[in-house]
Amino acid sequence: MADAVTNLEELKRLAPPAELRRAPVVEGKPGLGALTDKLSAFAEAKTPRWWWILFLPAAFAATVIFPTCLFYQVFTGVGVWGNNHPVMWGLDIVNFIWWVGVAHAGTLISALLFLTKQHWRTTIGRMAEAMTVFSVMMAGLYPAIHVGRAWFDWFMFPVPNSNDLWPQFRSPLMWDVFAVNTYLVVSMLFWFMGMIPDFAILRDRSTTRIRKTIFSFLAMGWTGSARQWHNYEKAYVVLCGLCTLLVFTVSSIVGLDFCTAQIAGWHATIFPLYFVIGAVFCGFGMMLVLLIPLRKLCNLENIITKSHIATVAKLALVSGLIIDYIYLMEFFIAWYSGDPYERWVFGHRLFGHTYMVLGWTLIGINVCVTQLLWFKKIRSNLLALFIIGLLINCGMWSERFVIVVGSLYQDFLPANWGKYMPTIWDIGLYVGTLGAFFMLYLLFVKFLPVIAISEVKGVMPEADPHHKLGGAKTGGEK
Amino acid sequence: MSTPANGKIYGLMAEFDSPAAILHAAEKVRDAGYHRWDAFTPFPIHGMDKVMKLGNSLVGWVSLAMGAGAFLSVVGLIWFTNAFDYPLIVGGKPMFSVPMTFVPSYIMLIMGGAVGALVGMLGLNQLPRLHHPLLGKKRFALVSRDKFILVIGAQDEKFCATETKRLLESFGGTRVEIVEDED
Repeated sequence: MADAVTNLEELKRLAPPAELRRAPVVEGKPGLGALTDKLSAFAEAKTPRWWWILFLPAAFAATVIFPTCLFYQVFTGVGVWGNNHPVMWGLDIVNFIWWVGVAHAGTLISALLFLTKQHWRTTIGRMAEAMTVFSVMMAGLYPAIHVGRAWFDWFMFPVPNSNDLWPQFRSPLMWDVFAVNTYLVVSMLFWFMGMIPDFAILRDRSTTRIRKTIFSFLAMGWTGSARQWHNYEKAYVVLCGLCTLLVFTVSSIVGLDFCTAQIAGWHATIFPLYFVIGAVFCGFGMMLVLLIPLRKLCNLENIITKSHIATVAKLALVSGLIIDYIYLMEFFIAWYSGDPYERWVFGHRLFGHTYMVLGWTLIGINVCVTQLLWFKKIRSNLLALFIIGLLINCGMWSERFVIVVGSLYQDFLPANWGKYMPTIWDIGLYVGTLGAFFMLYLLFVKFLPVIAISEVKGVMPEADPHHKLGGAKTGGEK
Repeated sequence: MSTPANGKIYGLMAEFDSPAAILHAAEKVRDAGYHRWDAFTPFPIHGMDKVMKLGNSLVGWVSLAMGAGAFLSVVGLIWFTNAFDYPLIVGGKPMFSVPMTFVPSYIMLIMGGAVGALVGMLGLNQLPRLHHPLLGKKRFALVSRDKFILVIGAQDEKFCATETKRLLESFGGTRVEIVEDED
C-alpha cells in the first residue's frame, strides 16, 4: 500500500504542469448517462424561438429566391448572368469554388483529425461533416447549370447513346464531374455511417411512436454489440482514410481546371495546392461562423469548449499562413518569370482600377486579419473569432473572384478586354444557395444528432476500462 | 425469472456498470468455454476484440475489393470509350495511355472503397434488420446510454438457464434476465 502511495506521488510529480495539460474534451465531468441526456436534448426538446427566427429567412431564400433565379436562368439562358466575352466564367464558377472550399474543412476535421487521434474532434466532427455535405450540394449545382443547357448534363456521364458520344477523359473538367460527385456521395456515406449508433440512441430514448419508427428505420437495427463495433470501427477508419484523400483530390482537380488553361494568372503549377489550402482555410472560417453561435444556442458550451474553438482558430491560422506564402510566391513568380502578361495580370490585381478593391480585400483579410489569430486573447474571444470567421469567408470569396475574373477580363489582346459585373440573377442565385445551405443546416441541427454522441462518450475517461472512472481498480488521471 | 410462453429462449442477459466490469466478465465467460455470446456497449470497449478473439475485421478487404474493382472498371471504360469504340485524338497523344486514365480511376477507387466500407460493415453486421430479440427488452434500451450488457445465447452448447445465470451473477452481473425469442 505504501508503495502505491509513493508511486502515485511520483506520478503527480512527473505530470506536466497545469498550463501544459491537455484541456478535457468535455468540461464539467458529467457521467455517461447525463452526457447522453445533454447531447440528445436539443433534438428532443421543443423547437426554440431562435431556431424559427433563423430558419424562416433561410427557408424563404431557399424556397423562393433560389428556385426563381434557378428556373429563370435555365429557361432563359446563361445570358441572364453577367458572363460575357471575355469573362465567360463569372460568379457561377467563383461560387462553385467557394462552396467546394467550405466543404473541405469539414472533411479535414472529421477525417484527418480522426486519423491523427485528436479526441476533441469528436465534439465538432458531426457539425463539420454536415457542413461538408450541404456545401458540396450547393457547389455541385453551379457547374450543372453553368453549362447553359442543363438538360444536356447527361453528356458529362459515360452513358451509352445512339450518337456514340463519349466524354473526353483527358480533360480536367471531366475529372471534376467525377470528383465532385464522388465527394458528395462519399461525404454523405461517411456522415450517415457516423450517425447510425446515434440514431440507435435516439431510437432507444424516443417517447413517441413516430420518433421511434423513424429512428428505428435510420438505425437499421443497430444493437451496439462488440462484433458490430468491431466492423464499424474498421469501416470508420477506412472511410476516414478515403475522405482524407478526397480533401486533397477534389480541390486539386478544381485547381487543374485553371492551370491547364493558358491564361496568364491561371497557368501555374502551384494551383492544385493553392486551391486545397484555400479551401481548407475558407472552411475553417465557416466552421467558426457555425460553431460559435450554435454552441451557445444549443446549450453545448461544455461540449464544444472554448479550447476546441481556439484549436479551430489555430488551424485557421496555419492554413492562412500557407495561403499567405502562396500569395507571396504567386507575385514573386509573376515578377521573376519576366512574362509581361503575367506581370500585367498580377499588377492589375492590386493596382488595376477595375477590381483593385477586391484585390486589397483579399490581402487585407487573408494576409492581415489572419495574423490576429496569433494572439491568445483573440483566440479566446468568441465574438472576435466569429467576426474573423465571417471575414475569412469574404476574403476567400474575393480571392476566387480575383483569380477567375481578374485573369479573364484582360487577356493577351487589349482589343479583347472587357468588364464583368454580376447581375441580380447572379447575386440572387448566390443568396439562394446560402439560404438553402443554412436551411438544410438548421434542419440538421433540429432533427438529427448534432454531436457524435457515442464518439464523445467513447473518449471520456469513463469509457476507458483501464481508467479508475471506467471501473478499473487501479489507474487514474492521465 | 419466468420462461417465455412459446418456450423459445434467445439467451440470458446480464447488466454491468462499467467498461472494466464487462471486460472482466467477458474474459470469465470466454474462460468458462462459451462460444455464442456478445457484449453490448454504448461505444467500442478497448480490448474487447482481443478478449472475444475477433481477429481482423473483413471490412477492409470488402472495401479494397470494391475500390480495386471500381478502379479497373474505369480504366476499362476509358479505354473502351476513348480508344476503342470511338477513338479520340486529343493533341496528337496516343489513344490510350496509363497516365490519362489515372485521375478518374483513382477518384472512382475512392468511391468504390467508401461504398465497400459501408456495405461491408452493414453486411458483416447483418444490418439492416428490422427487429432483434434484444430490442424487445426494456432494460436493453439503456445500452445506448450508460449500461453494459452481456448476452449468452441459448444456442451455445454449454448453455443452461440456471447454470449460466449463476455464472453471470458470480462476477457481478445484475438483473440477469431471460431474452425471449419471438420467431
